Formats: sequence, structure tokens, C-alpha cells
Amino acid sequence: MASAARELTPREASAHPVPESIVVRFAGDSGDGMQLTGGQFTLSTALAGNDLATFPDFPAEIRAPQGTLFGVSAFQINFGSTAIETAGDQPDVLIAMNPAGLKVNVEALKLGGLIIADEGEFNERNLAKAKYAANPLTDGSLAKWQLMSFNISQLTMDAVKPFGLGNKEALRCKNMWTLGLALWMFDRSRDPIVDWLKAKFAKAPLLVEANVAALNAGHAFGETAEIGSDVAGGLKQHALAPAPAEPGLYRTVTGAESISLGLVAGSKLADVDMFFGGYPITPASAILHHLSRLKEYGVTTFQAEDEIAAVASAIGASYAGKLGVTSSSGPGIALKGEAIGLAIMTELPLVIVNSQRGGPSTGLPTKTEQSDLYQAVYGRNGDAPMPVIAARSPADAFDVAIEAVRLATQFMTPVMLLTDGYIANAAEPWKVPDMAGYAPFPVTFREEAPAEGEAFLPYARDAKGARPWVKPGTPGLLHRIGGIEKQQGTGNIDYAPENHQAMTDARRDKVDGIAAYIPDQEVTLGEEGSKLVVVGWGSTFGPIHQAVRRLRARGLDVSHVHIRHIWPMPRNLGDLLRSYGKILVPEMNTGQLKTVLRDQYLVDAKPLNKVSGQPFRIAEIEAAIEAALA
Amino acid sequence: MNDMTPITTKPKDWETDQEVRWCPGCGDYAVLKAVQRTMPELGVKPENTVFVSGIGCSSRFPYYMETYGFHTIHGRAPAVATGVKLANPELDVWIITGDGDALSIGGNHTMHLLRRNLDCQFLLFNNEIYGLTKGQYSPTSRVGTRSPSTPFGSVDRPANPCAFALGAGARFVARGIDVHKNLVATLKAAHAHKGASFVEIYQNCIVYNDDVFAGFTDKKAAPAKQLWLENGKPMLFEGGARGLALDTVALTLKVVDVEGGDWAAAGVIVHDETNRSVAHMLVEMSAEAFPVALGTIYHSPAPTFESAVVEQNAQAARGKTADLQKLISAGQTWQVEKEPHVL
Repeated sequence: MASAARELTPREASAHPVPESIVVRFAGDSGDGMQLTGGQFTLSTALAGNDLATFPDFPAEIRAPQGTLFGVSAFQINFGSTAIETAGDQPDVLIAMNPAGLKVNVEALKLGGLIIADEGEFNERNLAKAKYAANPLTDGSLAKWQLMSFNISQLTMDAVKPFGLGNKEALRCKNMWTLGLALWMFDRSRDPIVDWLKAKFAKAPLLVEANVAALNAGHAFGETAEIGSDVAGGLKQHALAPAPAEPGLYRTVTGAESISLGLVAGSKLADVDMFFGGYPITPASAILHHLSRLKEYGVTTFQAEDEIAAVASAIGASYAGKLGVTSSSGPGIALKGEAIGLAIMTELPLVIVNSQRGGPSTGLPTKTEQSDLYQAVYGRNGDAPMPVIAARSPADAFDVAIEAVRLATQFMTPVMLLTDGYIANAAEPWKVPDMAGYAPFPVTFREEAPAEGEAFLPYARDAKGARPWVKPGTPGLLHRIGGIEKQQGTGNIDYAPENHQAMTDARRDKVDGIAAYIPDQEVTLGEEGSKLVVVGWGSTFGPIHQAVRRLRARGLDVSHVHIRHIWPMPRNLGDLLRSYGKILVPEMNTGQLKTVLRDQYLVDAKPLNKVSGQPFRIAEIEAAIEAALA
Repeated sequence: MNDMTPITTKPKDWETDQEVRWCPGCGDYAVLKAVQRTMPELGVKPENTVFVSGIGCSSRFPYYMETYGFHTIHGRAPAVATGVKLANPELDVWIITGDGDALSIGGNHTMHLLRRNLDCQFLLFNNEIYGLTKGQYSPTSRVGTRSPSTPFGSVDRPANPCAFALGAGARFVARGIDVHKNLVATLKAAHAHKGASFVEIYQNCIVYNDDVFAGFTDKKAAPAKQLWLENGKPMLFEGGARGLALDTVALTLKVVDVEGGDWAAAGVIVHDETNRSVAHMLVEMSAEAFPVALGTIYHSPAPTFESAVVEQNAQAARGKTADLQKLISAGQTWQVEKEPHVL
């Protein structure tokens, strides 16, 4: 465990040559190990005490043809000495491992930003694949940025020569050389990387040595090469002070990890074992992977034959007395729709996690979007209400997953948890919570048989509108449930008109009534009654928050409201929204929350939409706020 | 489950107060009675029994059984049942399905349930028609079946349920007839088998496909067209006057006449229910040239899915403690002792 806390020297505290945050983007071929490099850089950055946010951006193809534009894999990290909530608008540094990586990413680079390129890869073949007519490293076309190019491929080969690796294997160490250089640039420790390499290649000591040699060589290159640290345009070493943070134990966490952990924590708080039925789909599979390793926590995982079987098995498990959980992304959620209706009809607990991606249809499997809000709230046949909640960041997803379990088990209902590809893959520091601080919400299985001569009523309702949960195997409580309309109380088949009306109302009232059991909506930043409020949900939290913070610092009368409970909404939300002069709703869709807000509260919510597969940039939201207030 | 007191129930104990709503004369009534007669003989408790069904006429079945029951959605009963059994392997799970439910919309789940070998009884009521939707042809309908959706006759070849089951890796495959007294024995054999027990029940739909099985179920046709298999017994029918022998040149089955009861001399083979190759031949016999193989066709137990899952879960958890605080604190962590500076 590293300690990040240290006092700033007076010079550090007063001087301001150092930016508060820096955005670095690693870009290369999907075979270059960019995600790995980025992940390890993230780890060492977290250990240095910086706050950070990451944005892995990779192609859907597992091994896209080498050197092509569509095969470019990138990893962006924003880190600094202030609170970081987005992966950064524009990179300050772009590390391009090949021409395609440069071409795809260079336009995003800040004017005057630094390009570090592996000139060894800028050969005719790769330039042609990246559709460069001339070598950009030499034709002056990169003049608006600072360019540092050196032959990373050759330098890596030289560094690992003593280990006698084949050409291909030796070149694979390129990413470690690059990482070594990046670690030097930002004064990061190599130790955790070395530990990690030792563990990863425990069975191949030669590879450990070669990779460590490459890492050290890259680091030494930064330190000793002929690039003077004072020379304009040269490599500079940046020491970013640790970000202020509440004291406590920290770790980095991705959304997929924190949702998995939150589901386990939720099932423990509910005192019920979890059954997870899943089917592989990007970007949701990581949850299945994480949970399948947690058997000792009472988790049973089942990789089903398809999305429908995944949800149906979870419903069967809930019927049998475990907490059924399933997870997918948009197309898979569509397939689960009918079965989710069955869970609504049979009033069984079920958690459905939707890691949203670009749609419709197969859409953009590896790119992020928030376009399944309609699907979550409205996307089933019949009047089929269901609570919907959304995570706003990887760390937030832990609490949201617990909340999903609470609602499902307390109200005997399926619950949709919305997250997205960005949250699922992105990492951020997470202050590990003290589980003792969470109030348990243990479920009570009905075990008592009714008195002699009285019938058991599986659809009798408690004060919250929830029906009893009975485990098959319990004597005296035998009953049948199903998807056909149920008679009130008995649960027997009943098609009577007044019964369907009453049951439809009861299902609606139960879900609407949840609003009384969730917290009131808070103003996330700012206050009630500003000239403008920016209302968001899900992973747009970071850019909205930063944009509002910056504009408030400049004196603009703007606030931020971020909604976790999408359905039902907090009871005070309508009044809160009506207190503002204007309402702006940025979403990575064509305006779905905006429509729901208009429908629920008759407010003039204005959309700000982006569906490029990339998260919002802070500047985009700032501009929209300024335009709205102009 | 160590209580050794024998469990005694009567068929009536397995009936609910719900009015049975199949068409008068439907074969489903006979199957329901057979199941309710079978249950007391199994010595099982109603509260440990779960009937799971999909959608279709037969899938109303759970409402009529005084057990736990789940009437799910079209085709998905095997998937729901898998969740039930994995969540509580102590439960005795019965799946009730039909030819459309199990082989059309739910074909995928049927295949995977069988290959995984989930311990359950899988009763496929085959009436070769969609009854509940008013008579469209089904995946088991014979070529030329005229129905509202195929007014000029169906043109696609039917699926053979037992061949499908064997192909999917089922370890127990049997056939029965709705009104035949042997159905109880077949259901008992299915229950005795630990694993997925696939039972195709020829069930007459009196409204939309009446007498489609009369060619072998009619009293007159029965002796020549029904071959009731018994493990270790020769494959004889027509009162022992005929039997099945192996054509060792063509590697197929053939019908042979048996003179004076000497089946061995006629080359009639003895039913070995563990013989998968012969099982394939038995389920594929053509209706014209052969009798219909009935009873337990194939029975060769293998480890069940839920027991493998339970065992692996236990093994993976062995020696580990479930410390939630430790779990969430895992990985590379760092301690912030006090705020380094205030902005």
C-alpha cells in the first residue's frame, strides 16, 4: 500500500507552472496493448494520489487488421491534483504507436499539445494503410503541435536484445517501453508495474525480464536522452500534486467491478443468495466474469444459451428463493423484454443490469450511449411498470447496485439498473466504503401456513403493495403463479374486466409508491431557483458537473441536478425543476429523459444531444449553457 | 431430507380446486390423471414438487396440480426450470410442454436443457398441432397437414422429438400414449432417472387434429403397431408373433416373424436401454414399415448439471471466507491519511 499523503512544499503551493490536470491518450493498433498500457498507467497514477478518470476507446473487432484506421485502440486518462470527473476534453499528450493511431486521434489533441510517435512504425506500408500520402512526421503537417518522434520499435528491440526473444515477441514489449517513458514524464513509480509483470508472467521469467528491461529503458530514455528538459518542445517532467481527497482507503474501480461488488453487497444486506444468469455481450460480459469468481459469497452464475434463458433462469431462481440477477446490453435487453413482463406479472424480485451501448440493432458495440432509457421505462408489452435507476460513475455504481437489490426485494419487482459502456470500462479512484455504514434490508420469506380453513393468498399485499415471497419446499403454502392475469389475492387465472383493471392499478400503484421510499432529489451543485439548471442522468455526470462548476466560478447562475431514480422519480423533482428559469438536459441520445420530464411535469426541458459514441466534452456543455443564458 | 418416514399421498391430494378447462375429450385429461396417479407411487411431497410449463394447451397443467407451479412464457419453461433447480436442487422439477412450445419457439432451450442434463422430468405433449391458437400446423405435423396457415397442406418436414432429444444428448428418452395404461410406468421410470428425462407423450387433440395417431393407437391397430420396450426383454410385438432384428448388412432394424415363440431363432434382439445406437434406430423407424417404439427407449445416466454446479461452487469456495469488507478492499489500494491541500 502506498501512501499518497504528503505536505506540499511552500514553493509547490505557491508556484503555478504545473497544470492542475493532464490528459494523456495512448493510441495504437488493437494488438499493441494500449488498453493494458493505459490500465497500468492508471494504476501508478492512482498510487501517486492523483484523482483520475479514464476512457478506453477500442474497436469492436478483436484483432482488426494491423495498421488500419478502424483497428485503432486508444486509452485516455485525465489525472490531476483537483477532482477529476471526466476523461478530459482534449488530450495534452498523444502517444501514437503507429500512423493510424496518429491519424485517428491527432485532431482531438490540444493546440500545442505534445505528440510522441514511434517513427519506426511510420513506414510506407503503414502510412498507406492509414491513408497518409506523405509521412506526417516529416512533412510539416503537424506544425501546430509539438512533435517528438523516435524509433520506439528499435529502442525496444535494443533493450530486450539480451533475452534472445524472437522479433515479434521483442516488439510486443514496445508498450512497456512507452509506459516507462510515460511514467518518467509524470514522475510515477515503476514498482507496481514490475510487481504486476512478475505476477502476469510468473510462468515465463524471461518475459518478465524483457518487459522490465523495456520499461526501464523507456524510463531511462526520458531521463538521459539528449532531450533537454528545459528545451522548448522537449520532454518535460510533470509532477502533479496529489488531489485533495477525504482520508481513507482507496482503490481504482471500473463500473463493471463496482456493479458486481454492489450486487454482492446488496444480496448480503438482503440476506439472500444471488443467482446470476448471463449471456456474453459487449460491454456487459465483465459483470458475468467478475461474479463467476465469487462463489464463496453465495453467488451462483449461469452462462445461459441465450439472453432469454439468462433472464428466464434468473426469474426461476427468484421463484425458488434466490435473488435473480441478469445483465446485458441493449439488444439483449430487447430479447429479455417478454420475460421481464413475466417478472412484473408474477411480482418476483429481479435485477436487470443494462450496460448501454450505441444502437439501434447491433449499433456500436464498444461505444457508449444512453439511448435505452425509453426501453427501460416503456419497453414492454402491456402496462408494465418497473423501477429504473441509473449509475453516474464507476464508483457510484456500487451504491446504485445495492439500491437495485433493495427495491427488487422490498417491493417484489424487477428493477432495471442503467449503466453504459463508458462507466463499465472506465476506472476511477473509489474510497472503499465501510459496509457497517449500510443499513441491512433483510427479506422475510413467508413460512407460516394459514390457519385451518383459510386459504393462502399469494397475491395479498403489504403496506408497500408487495406480495409475499414463498420458497417452494415450504409446506402449507403451495400455490401457482404465471403470466396470465391473476385474480387479486388468490393469484388464480382471472380474465374478469374489473379484476384486470384492479390488478393493473395495483401494479402501477406499487411502483409509483416506491417514490415514498427513495430520497428526495438533491441539487447536485448549486441551489434551487437558478436561472438555469442542467439536468442529467448516468455517465454525463462528469462533464455536466465540471461545466457547471466552471461557469459558476465565472459567476453564472447555473445549477446541476443529477437524477439517480429515473422511475419512479423523486417526489420533489417536479417542484424543484419548476423553481428554475430554464432546464437543459444533455444526453447521449436524441432526448429521452427530456421527453420523460416534459411528460411527467409539463416543464420546458430543452435537449442537448450527442450520439457520436464519445462522451460529452465539458466545453460542449459549457457552450450550450452559455448559449441558453445568452 | 433425512426424514425416513414414508410419504403417503393419494391421487386426490395432487388435485387443485381449479376447474380443468381443456376441451371435452382432450388427451390432456388422461395425462393429468396419469400424473396424479403416478405421484403417490413416487413417495414424494407435494411441497417439494414444482411444475413448470410454457404456453399452449398442455401448459395450463400446473394450475391443476396441488404443488408449487409456474406457468411461464412461450418456450421458456426449460430456462425457468433451470433457474429453479440451480437455486434449490432439492426440488423435484417437472416441465410440461408441447410440440410447438418445446420444439419451435423453445427448441433452443430444450436442446440445452437436455445436453446439460438438468435433473427434471420433461413431458412433451405431442399432438402435432397448435391447439391454443386454433389449429395451425406445428413442427411435428406431417407433410401435407392442412391447417388455417397451410390451407394447401404443409410442405416442411416434421421434427422427430425423440430423435431431437437423442441428438441433443438426452440420457433418458421414452414415449407414451395419453390414454394408455403404461404411461404411469413410463413416468415412474422417468422420475427414477436422475437427470433430464425426456418423455414424448402422443396426445390426441380432439378438435384440431383428431385421430392423427389412430394408425397405432386404435385398439385394432395397436398389437401390430405398438412395440412396448422392456429392458432385457426381446423386442416383440403382435403378441410375440413378430419382433425386431438387426439387418447386419444394411445396419438397420428389420421386422421378422417369430415361429412358435422362438424369438432367438428369428434373430430378435434384446432391448438394452443403454445402447445409444439402437435407440437412434428405434426412434427413427418409419410408421409404414415398423411399429412405434414405446416405453423407455434409452436410459444411460450421467452426472447432472445442478450437481456439477453445486460441487464446483463448493469447491471454489472451500477454504475461503466471505468477508465483504475484504472483498471490496481488494486489489491495489492506497491510503489517504489527511487532505494534502485545500483548494
